[in-house]
Amino acid sequence: MSKSMKLTLHIWRQANRHAKGKFEVYTPSDLTDDMSILEMLDCLNDQLIADGKDPVTFEHDCREGICGTCGIMINGMAHGPDRGTTTCQLYLRRFKDGDTLVLEPWRAKAFPVIKDLLVDRAAFDRIQMAGGYISVNVGNAPEANSILIPKEVSSEAFEAAVCIGCGACVAACKNASAMLFVSAKVGHMSMMPQGRPERHDRVLNMVAQMDEEGFGSCTNTLECSAACPKEISPKWIQRLHGEYIQAATVTRR
Amino acid sequence: MILDPRTPSGPLEQRWTKAKEEMRLVGPINRHKFKVIVVGTGLAGASVSATLGQQGYDVHTFTFHDSPRRAHSIAAQGGINAAKNYQNDGDSTWRLFYDTIKGGDYRARESNVYRLAQVSANIIDQCVAQGVPFAREYGGTLANRTFGGVLVSRTFYARGQTGQQLLLGAYSSLMREVHEKRVKLYTRYEMHDLIVKDGEAQGIVTRNLMTGELEAHTAHAVLLCTGGYTNVYYLSTTAMASNVSATWRAYKRGAFFGNPCYVQIHPTCIPVSGTYQSKLTLMSESLRNVGRVWVPRKAGDKRHPNEIPEDERIYFLEERYPTYSNMVPRDVASRNCQEWCNKGHGVGISGESVYLDFREAIAAEGEPTIRAKYGNLFHMYHKIMGEDPYKQPMKIYPGPHYVMGGLWVDYHLMSNVPGLFVLGEANFSDHGANRLGASALMQGLSDGYFVAPYTVANYLASKINTQPLSTDDEVCKEAIDNSRNTIDRLLKSKGNQSAESFHRRLGKILFDKVGITRTKEGLQEAIKEIQELRKDFWENVRVPGDANYVNQELEKAGRIIDFIEFGELMARDALHREESCGGHFRAEHETADGEAKRDDENYAYAAAWGFNGIDEEPTLNKDELKFEFAKLTQRSYK
Ligand SMILES: Cc1cc2nc3c(=O)[nH]c(=O)nc-3n(C[C@H](O)[C@H](O)[C@H](O)COP(=O)(O)OP(=O)(O)OC[C@H]3O[C@@H](n4cnc5c(N)ncnc54)[C@H](O)[C@@H]3O)c2cc1C
Ligand code: FES
Repeated sequence: MSKSMKLTLHIWRQANRHAKGKFEVYTPSDLTDDMSILEMLDCLNDQLIADGKDPVTFEHDCREGICGTCGIMINGMAHGPDRGTTTCQLYLRRFKDGDTLVLEPWRAKAFPVIKDLLVDRAAFDRIQMAGGYISVNVGNAPEANSILIPKEVSSEAFEAAVCIGCGACVAACKNASAMLFVSAKVGHMSMMPQGRPERHDRVLNMVAQMDEEGFGSCTNTLECSAACPKEISPKWIQRLHGEYIQAATVTRR
Repeated sequence: MILDPRTPSGPLEQRWTKAKEEMRLVGPINRHKFKVIVVGTGLAGASVSATLGQQGYDVHTFTFHDSPRRAHSIAAQGGINAAKNYQNDGDSTWRLFYDTIKGGDYRARESNVYRLAQVSANIIDQCVAQGVPFAREYGGTLANRTFGGVLVSRTFYARGQTGQQLLLGAYSSLMREVHEKRVKLYTRYEMHDLIVKDGEAQGIVTRNLMTGELEAHTAHAVLLCTGGYTNVYYLSTTAMASNVSATWRAYKRGAFFGNPCYVQIHPTCIPVSGTYQSKLTLMSESLRNVGRVWVPRKAGDKRHPNEIPEDERIYFLEERYPTYSNMVPRDVASRNCQEWCNKGHGVGISGESVYLDFREAIAAEGEPTIRAKYGNLFHMYHKIMGEDPYKQPMKIYPGPHYVMGGLWVDYHLMSNVPGLFVLGEANFSDHGANRLGASALMQGLSDGYFVAPYTVANYLASKINTQPLSTDDEVCKEAIDNSRNTIDRLLKSKGNQSAESFHRRLGKILFDKVGITRTKEGLQEAIKEIQELRKDFWENVRVPGDANYVNQELEKAGRIIDFIEFGELMARDALHREESCGGHFRAEHETADGEAKRDDENYAYAAAWGFNGIDEEPTLNKDELKFEFAKLTQRSYK
């Protein structure tokens, strides 16, 4: 059976990109322990609308931890306190009756706040655009089983490919670095034989774009990996360094 | 009106080749002169944008998401079919074709389905070349698993997140084209209307979701790849933002809506628990490979599942369908689950679930193997239900998942409005009255990589030396005004109920009366109730804020009123179809042993509805289905 709960919510409210934001305090009724954090916000918004107030803007879509759209800081932690969990998968049963939750947007120069808890993560798309692909036109592909890939290799590449592009790594990092994201993309593609031909240009271009977007540098605190809802290992950052050095030495620019 | 689907004639296996050979081409130097609008960046939209970009067309791609990679395709779990016959277990193009026609209960076009089966193998080649990390065997070759409704292993997969890996593949190809400046990408832009002039689709009206600005964009052709409308049920397995608005507004501009009542209710979803529950979570069909479905033999048995001994359980699918057992198609499995719950054998607090049990699979294969194959699904279940499926069976219940219905298209994927093409789940084409598992991803990519690039070029060739419509044209202004009026009307409404509350009410009407089992009386009631709900919506909805900046409630309200209008058409379609077929089960039409009873004499057609005004009855047009190769038989999975 579901249990009813009382929570005090401190939520960041910011009208637009340029407005000065501040925390507002809410104590919504009708909360139960089987609600997710996002369902709690739905419930609060229903009450705000009925009272003629402006509902809280937050982003979400799949609500099952795969699309990477949701993501807020909960009590200072990206996606909240649980490991391997997105905001949409975090349920109120994780908290105690009477708890206070502080909800804020991702904070990073490269992710400007648009409204309330909604941020602009288009920088990730631009990094992908800079080289996060394998150039193969439709019609060019060879028969699939002509490319044999050892199971260990494809399984390992998969561990990097699981990145959902939510940005928690950036939000968790005190430098707002995007190294885990970039390393996962580069790692996945450079491990697969299909991605080898372009590996040098890929890493150089993606890293250059990352710098241009204003993400900070990596100082190995590894908060990124701890906050990653897909638990992507920091080893990919080490690999990225290796890839980068190799690419920089063989490619004269 | 009887529609012309433009299907080629001749031997089935040569039709697509012949059609391609007869199609007109656009030469490489001319392609950049043709502007093409693509709406949607799921598998269908991303793949067609990338392909047309590579070929050199001037492609403009729109999505309401913040990034193309967020499209709902990302959530697909289980896999993608292809007739590669890598397992040497008797698969072939013919068998994939036949399974799909039969699975769809003989309500799809033979020529389309055969083409789909033919290009399926190329899809896997393309995805592998893009670096999609499909599951592999130790020897380095690709692995396969089995899905429902078939007796071969032809499903390719990437753990439980095939959709994400395929979409990332298509997305990366798309981003390469954006980088090369062959595709212009508009994120956070929502299509609000279709621009039609001289009977042809010539553009769209969009709303910039960041600034609220309404704009007209014109082109030589418009491709809608906007996904399915399952969210009409409010609680469904689809992403929260999935909606019917793009296709519904095109319908209001003259495009026919095909088979709106064909909906797939998926047997294995996590059951509803709370009142504020916002969506259903799917547990992939692939779990039925290893899980066994059962309920307690004694109705109302409240014991913990682990305490119910083997002989007091009834494995109802295995008993009734010995050949396919737990792997019967989705419509069959869902109906059986509901029947057992209605008879009082359902489990869980509400009595509205059945067990999916992995005990034997874990004992036989070991927990690590099960974890490697299905770990993310088990993890998801544990998070939501707070119960560990490695230790006790999952509870599952049917939930709305996919729609076979969509805008009507011909063999070229073009609607009855010339210049308007519809791809992916947004069209009605290939799955008849029920889709087999792992076939939607296949269809989306087939449409986008391999079919539309030919058929769109064929259409464009006839437009050589023409310019896209001027955005100052009267029809563009009229369409923008039309969108503005709807927005103003929503913002001016003076009620005090959230749009979402109307959506919940709509969902309940539809699930109860236009759901797994439908009756004449129920459908008539549903039509009346939905009409009343529409009236109530306009009187009592409240949409806060204004139209000049981000306003999520405004976005939502616009989509919900379209769902309400559309729900009525679904019920009408279901009412007119006096037969049972696939996912459309009319209680009045069942065989002696309780299976769907088709009426091929009178209903072997796709229904394509035409709009006559919101308070008028729509016109029924028919696309007659001819079966020259697959023999029409009673579908049996026994
Ligand atoms: C949970 C789940 C699991 C599934 N698993 C499988 C599986 O294992 N195998 C399988 O074959 N199928 C599966 N399916 C079905 C399959 O995922 C979908 O049918 C398919 O991905 C649809 O792709 P699409 O490209 O047609 O549309 P979508 O991926 O839904 O994309 C729609 C796009 O259109 C855009 N859009 C929509 N309306 C507008 C508008 N008005 N303005 C601007 N943009 C708009 C959206 O932003 C989005 O980019 C699953 C479905 C669900 C719900
Ligand atoms: S809403 Fe998709 S990951 Fe949370």
